[in-house]
Amino acid sequence: MSESLELITTSSDEGTLPLPEPLCREIYDKMLTIRRFEEAVLDIYTQGLMRGLAHLYIGQEASAVGICSALNDDDYLTSTHRGHGHLIAKGGKVDRMMAEMMGKVDGYNRGKGGTMHIADMSLGILGANGIVGGGMGMATGAALSGRMRGSGQVAVCFFGDGAINQGAFLESANLASIWSLPVLFVCENNHYGEYTAASDVTAVREHVAERAAGFNMPALVVDGNDAVAVHQTAVEMVKRARTGEGPCLIENKTYRYRGHHVGDGDPEKTYRTQKETDTWLAKDPIPRFARRMLKAGMVDEAELDSIDAVITKRVEDAVTFANESPYPAADEVTDHVYA
Amino acid sequence: MSTPERVITYGEAVREAIAEEMRRDETVFFMGEDVAAAGGVFKVTVGLLDEFGEDRVRDTPISEAGIMGAGVGAALTGMRPIVEIMFGDFITIAMDQIVNQAAKMCYMTGGQAKVPLTIRTTIGAGRSSAAQHSQSLQAWLSHIPGVKVAIPSTPADLKGLLKTSIRDDNPTVIYEDKMMYALKGPVPDDDDYTIPFGVADIKREGSDVTLVATSSMVHTALKAADMLDKEGIGAEVVDPRTLSPLDMDTIIRSVEKTSRAVVVDEAYQSYGVTGELASRIADEAFDYLDAPVKRVGAMDVPVPFSPGLEPETIPDEAKLVRTVQSLFHDVPV
Repeated sequence: MSESLELITTSSDEGTLPLPEPLCREIYDKMLTIRRFEEAVLDIYTQGLMRGLAHLYIGQEASAVGICSALNDDDYLTSTHRGHGHLIAKGGKVDRMMAEMMGKVDGYNRGKGGTMHIADMSLGILGANGIVGGGMGMATGAALSGRMRGSGQVAVCFFGDGAINQGAFLESANLASIWSLPVLFVCENNHYGEYTAASDVTAVREHVAERAAGFNMPALVVDGNDAVAVHQTAVEMVKRARTGEGPCLIENKTYRYRGHHVGDGDPEKTYRTQKETDTWLAKDPIPRFARRMLKAGMVDEAELDSIDAVITKRVEDAVTFANESPYPAADEVTDHVYA
Repeated sequence: MSTPERVITYGEAVREAIAEEMRRDETVFFMGEDVAAAGGVFKVTVGLLDEFGEDRVRDTPISEAGIMGAGVGAALTGMRPIVEIMFGDFITIAMDQIVNQAAKMCYMTGGQAKVPLTIRTTIGAGRSSAAQHSQSLQAWLSHIPGVKVAIPSTPADLKGLLKTSIRDDNPTVIYEDKMMYALKGPVPDDDDYTIPFGVADIKREGSDVTLVATSSMVHTALKAADMLDKEGIGAEVVDPRTLSPLDMDTIIRSVEKTSRAVVVDEAYQSYGVTGELASRIADEAFDYLDAPVKRVGAMDVPVPFSPGLEPETIPDEAKLVRTVQSLFHDVPV
């Protein structure tokens, strides 16, 4: 068995930035937009302007952006309960997202879905999902659909370390593999499924990606806080999928700096240690990428500040837009039950 | 009817409906366990693989949740999949994909997404298939907003409703009674023959009691009606044909005429289709009723294997007749 298990571990040389400058700027812009958006979500949530649950993506930005920057506009994506980052990375508009966070009529889903169900079908975003592993079948079906229509589209299925233990993973991975479907199964291993350490509940030697061997697909273990490594891995796997060589399992090792959701206590006082969190904070994907852009001479400190200012303003405007948007009219409650 | 009719079986109606819709629309495809090479465990899809090839007629692994998820994903992205779940009992394994995903996508996305997915599955006891291959779980999905549910009782209804379902932009479920695949009946010879959802059909007219019956129970009700006729009770048999949407108007009009109603369905009686229908009749047709609405469903026990036990659990015409008689006389049910 061990002979068939091929793990490709990827990270990139921090001293270089082997991507074109416009792409680097886009990656940085998207990662920082996610960070500032999530900070704003935290803010509106704690102010009571947003109800329900807020699962923040802070810390995992390189995963979403590294993968999505390798996709075409018409490629598909399924997301998770921690989905804001995926949406922004695929091109979601922050104002309409923020309005959806607040249940407003100008939200992506006219306020009917909220944080865990945002979709933009025009961008191939088939929805965040409140069910752990809920998007796996859908991503597989979207890939099948693209194949049958001869469109060349690929589907990315984002999920967490928790979902690797759902039966849906086995069924979808098997189906995708026997039919050589263009699916990238992207496990964002942030090391905790809610409040339980993945290592305590997952029967693997070291990496969840080892499971790919059981489905005869490549396994890639990536430094998920390294946007370059994630992007390069995605480019290769997208190319492979598009040419009919089938699915893969990418494990982006990362960390969420916040808890499972806003308001659920202090993780460092319960299920994880401050030391561990500090180790991951030192690997924060955004400053890491900024340092590489600086070193490559693409930007200077002043420009980084001005990029931040522009993004911060865009997110502030999104909050204003969302605040000013009305709730949907009561008679919309029965709209869209059926198409 | 001016359209020429032929007599075909319930099973042939399935095959014709799928084949015609696949010829009509290249985005329609069909997948399920053993549906292609073997033509299905009930042999109703024999020949589809030969005509349409393995891209559009797909044998799948035994992965109900996976196939259903793939169906939802394909439906969201421009295809019109037909997914077969061999036994309705196995739908329980695919519930998340139907209930939490397919049914809610249009609503949750504020109308952005549509899921033109057709699910075909079987119901019904009577084959000594025991407790995991005999259930009639149609109430489960009828409970879910966003799913449409058809429960055809004749070859013509099956063909017309299945074709409508494939053309519908919503998730639909067709519950086929596995005991009826050999049932013959007239079906219009028309490639565009469809039946709208939400339109009940009066299978037999009568003036004294309304029997609201679904699927195989329509035939049970028709037999009971013949027996009741001999004692001077005219039974009207109303077949809702779809449980969601439900045509209450036709049912209420019938009750207005007859003043009495008995509901019969092969599912477990508790918390099921009979309960819903009886309560709506009691609520919406109260002024027309001369007697309480009665229900006849399967016994609330797992369907037993033994030929000595299984028939005890399923509603039959004798029980239905006794129930109707109790509305007219003081007779034990």
